[in-house]
Amino acid sequence: MSAAPKHDRYDVVVIGAGPAGLAATTMTADAGLSTLLLDENAGPGGQVWRAISSTPVKSEVLLGADYWSGAEIAKAARDSGAEIIHRATVWSLDRNLEIGVSVGGGSAFIKAKRVIIATGAQERPFPIPGWTLPGVMTAGAAQTMLKSSGLVPDCPTVLAGQGPLLWLLAAQILRLGGRIDRVLDTTPRANYIAALPHALAFLTSPYFGKGLAMMREVRAKVRVISGVTELAAAGDGKLESVTYVAGGKRETLPAELLLLHQGVVPNVNLAMAAGVEHRWNELQLCWTPVLDAFGNSSIPGIAIAGDGAGIGGAQAAVVRGRRAAGDAIKELRPQAEIIDLSAEMARAERGRAFLDVLFQPAKQFRMPQGDTIVCRCEEITAKDVLDSVAIGATGPNQLKAYRRTGMGPCQGRLCGLTVTELMAEARGKSPQEIGYYRLRAPVKPIMLSELASLPKDDEATKAVVRG
Amino acid sequence: MIRQEDAIIVGGGIHGCSTALHLCLAGLKPVLIEKDYAGRHASGVNAGGVRQLARDVAEIPLSIRSMGIWETIGDLVDDDCGFESHGQVLVAETDAELDACRARVADLNAQGFNHEELIDGTELRRLVPAVAESCPGGVVSRRDGAAQPARTTTAFRRKAEQLGAILREGVAATNVRKEQGLWHVDVGAETFAAPVLVNAAGAWAGRIAAQLGEPVPVETIAPMLMITSPVAHFIDPVVILRGRKLSFKQFPNGTVLIGGGHLATPDQDRNETVLDWRKLSESARTVAELFEVMRSATITRAWAGIEARMRDDIPVFGPSALHEGLYHQFGFSAHGFQLGPGAGAVMAELIVHGGTQTRIGGLSIERFRNTTPSATA
Amino acid sequence: MFKRAEGDARASVTIHVEGRAITAREGDTVSAALLASGLDVRRATAVSGAKRLPYCMMGVCFDCLVTIDGVGNRQGCLVPVAEGMQIEIQKGKREIGK
Repeated sequence: MSAAPKHDRYDVVVIGAGPAGLAATTMTADAGLSTLLLDENAGPGGQVWRAISSTPVKSEVLLGADYWSGAEIAKAARDSGAEIIHRATVWSLDRNLEIGVSVGGGSAFIKAKRVIIATGAQERPFPIPGWTLPGVMTAGAAQTMLKSSGLVPDCPTVLAGQGPLLWLLAAQILRLGGRIDRVLDTTPRANYIAALPHALAFLTSPYFGKGLAMMREVRAKVRVISGVTELAAAGDGKLESVTYVAGGKRETLPAELLLLHQGVVPNVNLAMAAGVEHRWNELQLCWTPVLDAFGNSSIPGIAIAGDGAGIGGAQAAVVRGRRAAGDAIKELRPQAEIIDLSAEMARAERGRAFLDVLFQPAKQFRMPQGDTIVCRCEEITAKDVLDSVAIGATGPNQLKAYRRTGMGPCQGRLCGLTVTELMAEARGKSPQEIGYYRLRAPVKPIMLSELASLPKDDEATKAVVRG
Repeated sequence: MIRQEDAIIVGGGIHGCSTALHLCLAGLKPVLIEKDYAGRHASGVNAGGVRQLARDVAEIPLSIRSMGIWETIGDLVDDDCGFESHGQVLVAETDAELDACRARVADLNAQGFNHEELIDGTELRRLVPAVAESCPGGVVSRRDGAAQPARTTTAFRRKAEQLGAILREGVAATNVRKEQGLWHVDVGAETFAAPVLVNAAGAWAGRIAAQLGEPVPVETIAPMLMITSPVAHFIDPVVILRGRKLSFKQFPNGTVLIGGGHLATPDQDRNETVLDWRKLSESARTVAELFEVMRSATITRAWAGIEARMRDDIPVFGPSALHEGLYHQFGFSAHGFQLGPGAGAVMAELIVHGGTQTRIGGLSIERFRNTTPSATA
Repeated sequence: MFKRAEGDARASVTIHVEGRAITAREGDTVSAALLASGLDVRRATAVSGAKRLPYCMMGVCFDCLVTIDGVGNRQGCLVPVAEGMQIEIQKGKREIGK
């Protein structure tokens, strides 16, 4: 069981031990700042380098060089002298830079001079008919099981969606001897043309060669259907079949496992609950925080690095982590010299615009209709949402009064984007105008007994915290 | 261009919306101005208690009037507002507290109020089986209950609009003034004028009153609430404590709402609150002591709504002491939700008939004449 | 649904699912172990009783909620298995205090 934080205040608290968080932690700790890294998982790596220090899949080839590049960065963080706590759930952060964190069944409050949020991304919701059936999972879920437990599908399995991760996952499953019956590519055909202006930057980026090789590897072993325009999962109490339409032709496949992926979006809950200003990103179709070049947010002392700052991938996350760390060092150690990382940043972000445009998910896969579930927690359908709009719900927060959307344990993580876009369209407004749920701590549920056993009010701490 | 209507109501909480609705029912055309959206603050995010229990005597007639409306609320707003009447129970944790309860109930009875009823430990445990064995009894108000606050405020807003009220949401009322015998208010590019102005602006009402020369001792507060994930049904009535800050209620969907008046730090200008988790921890401790079964429940969300509290903890309600045509309806001090339906009805009577049969004298702004505001919001 | 890839050299860990012993590996999360077990480990939602299995496996969807050593509503995808762990599948609204 992990130990609680050793101190109640730190120069820098980094939240999330993925690429951005590990890189930031190493840098601030190396600069002599007292640094605490809090991470919810059992080991470092975040999603992209998940289980980097514990994976049972030891072969270099199977998980690929990009995965193993994380080992060195994780080791550097471990050696940096920073205090690193895994299985630590940060459930509260406020504008006073006070952090509520749960470790091993007990909670503590700590205070930071600077906070770097590096909570990364999550899978974009993929609300198709039947997506709540047992056996429908995200591609990220399958990849997590593959990396941390060496588990691969061995039942009739369909992969559906679009984007680099889908192909990477397919390649990894096949390399480990797993089963894939079909890949359904939902990339809208029009996107290929829209992405052309960005193609040159992409062709000269590292993504290009790797992506192409992976697609070839998968196509050699599995039937791939392109141009899928409709997708539905069906079954009684569990997934039994997947139906799709491609080129006007409808087909139904028996399946026990459907792995969905249409890109990732920033994990905004902690930052939003802290009050960080976000805006709708028209290209990535999600909320991204308003940040300066160093990742500083609208709240003094809170910076955001990594995919939580807008999807940029692992390499960009590392650079963003270092930039945020550099700014924290400059603030707390004014005499320290900080190297300029803007050239590295530009290199890491090269090709991103092409991916953003090419893999922008189609409307029918973001904005479901009829009795397709939108809010998994409260089991609210698209029709429910639109009916509420018809009788006066004007935005996601008002909708809660009608339908409880976003009020379940996931706090809107899997319905928020859908609700915003559905309501925006129904009301003829932009997502920015419609807005998002007001998010509230605890951003992860906390047991009442754990809250009850928080250390009692300490007047001295309070004066500082509230001052 | 100046648009003239019958009344201008500033504030789209339960009170402003209820007054708008009742003015419409009386044949008037009000305009309701809300700087955010109806129910954005305290009215939409409070605990939803529909409570006559444990009120200041000065509020009781208004509360009783309101209770009658709650019991048939669907007839008024075409929505049952999630209202359920399972009573509210005030729990005494010690014999001394029970003695105080006994004295209170006797006092109310002497004044002719019979809604509060003293109960012993046996009846307490019949009503609230999960309560700690050590509690000797309490007080019940059997007709009380709870409703869903955002849904309720939204329903009042919707019905008022259907009946002809003009709504302006997302724009603040500015430049409130009286010209040529009419109240004028700017709303963005528009200006409304009316012989009647109702100040129902909640946490922002103190500023309006002060601007109009009637400063009152009011502060901005943000009572915190938290809610659990669904658990199997185990309690019907709303429970409050005599001695400690706690209110406690289970919704039909199984979630349990925990409140009671611990305060967050409000930031009125940002529309924000910063929660005080150490105080919420106190609430959690109280719950854990009183209801052992709750210890393993999980808290999924906590929040606070911004509102106004008067120094004497009872609202400012009724005509201005200074200006013809100005009416105040604010400062409900964290217990205004239940009063909303009745207060709108009574306010409409004051505006239309110049008086009401409901006794509200103790709530007049007159009581603060010649006092220095201790804090102005 | 899932099988273990060859060459997994991690030590075995025994956990109990509603009293039945299953073999997991050190480093598995509870959810991964349940999915690998081949047992019917679908939970029933508190709202409608609909059947669910984990969806995201990364802590955001809350469809992996499970009772671990008597404590309900834990995110199974974030908790590593430990020898002797007692797992119960949640069916509908949780009875608290039991």
